[in-house]
Amino acid sequence: MAFSRIALVSTLALAAGAAVAQSDSILVQSTTSTANSGLYDYLLPAFESESGITVNVVAVGTGQAIENARNCDGDVLLVHAKPAEEAFVADGYGTARTDLMYNDFVIVGPQGDPAGIAGTEDAQAALSAIAEAEAPFASRGDDSGTHKKELSLWSGTEVDPASGSGAWYRETGSGMGATLNAGIGMGAYVMTDRATWISFENKQDYEIAVEGDEDLFNQYGVIPVSPEACPSVNAEGAQAFADWLVSEAGQDAIAAYEVDGQQLFFPNAPREGTDG
Amino acid sequence: MREATESLQDIAEALRLAVSLVLSGDADLVEIVVLSLRVSLTATAVACAIGLPLGALVAVARFPGRGTALVVMNALMGLPPVVVGLIVYLHLSRAGPLGFLGLLYTPTAMIVAQTILIAPIVAALSRQVLEDLHDEYAAQFRSLCLTRAQVVGALLWDGRYALMTVALAGFGRAVAEVGAVMIVGGNIDHLTRVMTTAIALETSKGALPMALALGIVLMALALGVNAAVHGLRASAVRHAYV
Amino acid sequence: MSDAALPFLGGRAGAAASPRAPLLPMRARGLTLRRGGVAVVDRIDLDLGLRGCTAILGPNGAGKSLLLRLLHGLEPPEAGAVTWNGAPASREVTARQALVFQTPVLLRRSVGANLDFVLRARRRDRGLRAALLDRVGLGDKADRPARLLSGGEKQRLALARALATGPDVLFLDEPTASLDPGSVLMIERIVREEAERGTRLVIVTHDVAQARRLADDVVFLHRGRVIEHAPTDTFFAAPAAEAARDFLAGRIVL
Repeated sequence: MAFSRIALVSTLALAAGAAVAQSDSILVQSTTSTANSGLYDYLLPAFESESGITVNVVAVGTGQAIENARNCDGDVLLVHAKPAEEAFVADGYGTARTDLMYNDFVIVGPQGDPAGIAGTEDAQAALSAIAEAEAPFASRGDDSGTHKKELSLWSGTEVDPASGSGAWYRETGSGMGATLNAGIGMGAYVMTDRATWISFENKQDYEIAVEGDEDLFNQYGVIPVSPEACPSVNAEGAQAFADWLVSEAGQDAIAAYEVDGQQLFFPNAPREGTDG
Repeated sequence: MREATESLQDIAEALRLAVSLVLSGDADLVEIVVLSLRVSLTATAVACAIGLPLGALVAVARFPGRGTALVVMNALMGLPPVVVGLIVYLHLSRAGPLGFLGLLYTPTAMIVAQTILIAPIVAALSRQVLEDLHDEYAAQFRSLCLTRAQVVGALLWDGRYALMTVALAGFGRAVAEVGAVMIVGGNIDHLTRVMTTAIALETSKGALPMALALGIVLMALALGVNAAVHGLRASAVRHAYV
Repeated sequence: MSDAALPFLGGRAGAAASPRAPLLPMRARGLTLRRGGVAVVDRIDLDLGLRGCTAILGPNGAGKSLLLRLLHGLEPPEAGAVTWNGAPASREVTARQALVFQTPVLLRRSVGANLDFVLRARRRDRGLRAALLDRVGLGDKADRPARLLSGGEKQRLALARALATGPDVLFLDEPTASLDPGSVLMIERIVREEAERGTRLVIVTHDVAQARRLADDVVFLHRGRVIEHAPTDTFFAAPAAEAARDFLAGRIVL
């Protein structure tokens, strides 16, 4: 009968599907900025041709990436939330955390600049001014690295943004790109990593209002997932990828990646022999 | 006013992009389209293999709790994709009960999620179609003293053209959803990226014309599948087989 | 007509060869069925003998079709019972009978596939198909979609399908109502052939002339009750009941 034939075909298709993720490949649980900015598209071919290891990337918020890695659903973690990363290693889920590269956060806003913060270098003062003016501010609100950073900045001000939640303080609960789209749509200030901003294509009349504060420094780290916590991981492949990223070749490649003539990420892995 | 004009320009740009993407036979686009079709068509086939006999059985059988079963079946038609995605993720995750299968972030996981999403749709809609058909046939079938299996088989075969529309409804839902495949597939380039997750990605990059262009291609695809089924049905109508 | 001349009615030969008990005579006692509080079949007693063709006659709404369905076992009576040669109604009994409905319900398939379906479902020889189609004059239409046939052709196909089950009893519910004369002629010819071969026939009709042509005995039904049951000659020569006399005279009977 026709239906048993369909069932057979489906079974074959299922079997074929299961065969896909075999061979020598690793899965990176990554923050979105590295993926959305195009860094992986630039980096991975070099590593893949050199090592023969296919790298698959799942790009989600840092919070979700760490959670997925804790579920052993990834071989390498590449995110930007140092305290959470150190906790991940301390809890035994990662073998070791290595500084990989940095860039910085910026606060972007509409040309009209309703809070009058354009050109400010003090990020916390800028945030206070936004709260004072009750100018709309779009927050990730998704427990991502960027969100954590933003909350740490607020905590140094007099303002509790939660009091403006739903009014001028708007938590999108979405990724960086979606939050930028939403923020720009409603004329709100948005804090974003510079890499995402530079490669973002829907800027409209938005410009960088605040940049250059030391507090806006954004450090990325790389952690192979521990085979002791997760026996299913491709530990060798993960270590090879992490080693390559912090090697001279990897660091040079990171430094060489540019969008519109601007460098997006600045490699700062410890020089060989200096790390513990 | 300026913004409104820009938005319209975006749409025009998207149309132009869509056409050039299709005409150039862009390899990435082809890969994504093929995977979308493979995942959603397979999910539709599996959902039909489960949902059609189930729908037929509920259509012809009278049993205690049938009313409740109908309500549950109809309610499950509205399963939110993201919830299905989460449930499948929790099962297929390495930390989950089926983690040993290593299916998370594979097309198979996406097929499983979409199957769960649309099997209730196929079951509930086919139940409706086949119950109407059974009303017409019931007395004749009782007179012929057919077994239940013979009745179900005859209903499924005679309802085949109406059931194609049911399958189409399931396929449409599967190919258009993003919530479930994003979570269990991970939107991995060259592995689990399908039309909808690619659109979500382009949107998050702010590449709205590209996102819209992909959306246009997706709609064209859906239109093509619908037209094909419509063509089959039209010939069936000429034979009074519908 | 001998069995050899009609090989496609192998059911009869099989019945003779098997130890299967004969189905007839039939006895119905106190059959009652209510619809919307009204007894549409009202305490009916009826006997059917071993052979022949019985016509159930009566005005519209007399309960003829429902009586047929009760006898065939399509629905259970609210009161009363039907026994076949002493055995109670059962699925096995129904399976040895066939019913041709007033409006034929044909499968959404070709003419031939409609017969194939029944032959396969009832585990009968698929080779019977061609002879059955020839017999109802549809031999050249096996591949036509069944639901595109004319009204008369549809009813002939329904009759062929009923015969395909090899029934001991054949019920026909207004089988020729509003059909073309050619189809009426063909259906009546087959009814007579079947009666001669020993199939027990029960035909519901409101066509008085048809009853006269086909039936050995007539059951006259009025308001859910059997008013008269008599041999055809007796019934038409001198109907005992007033309603039957009015009906035969062409007067409107309510």
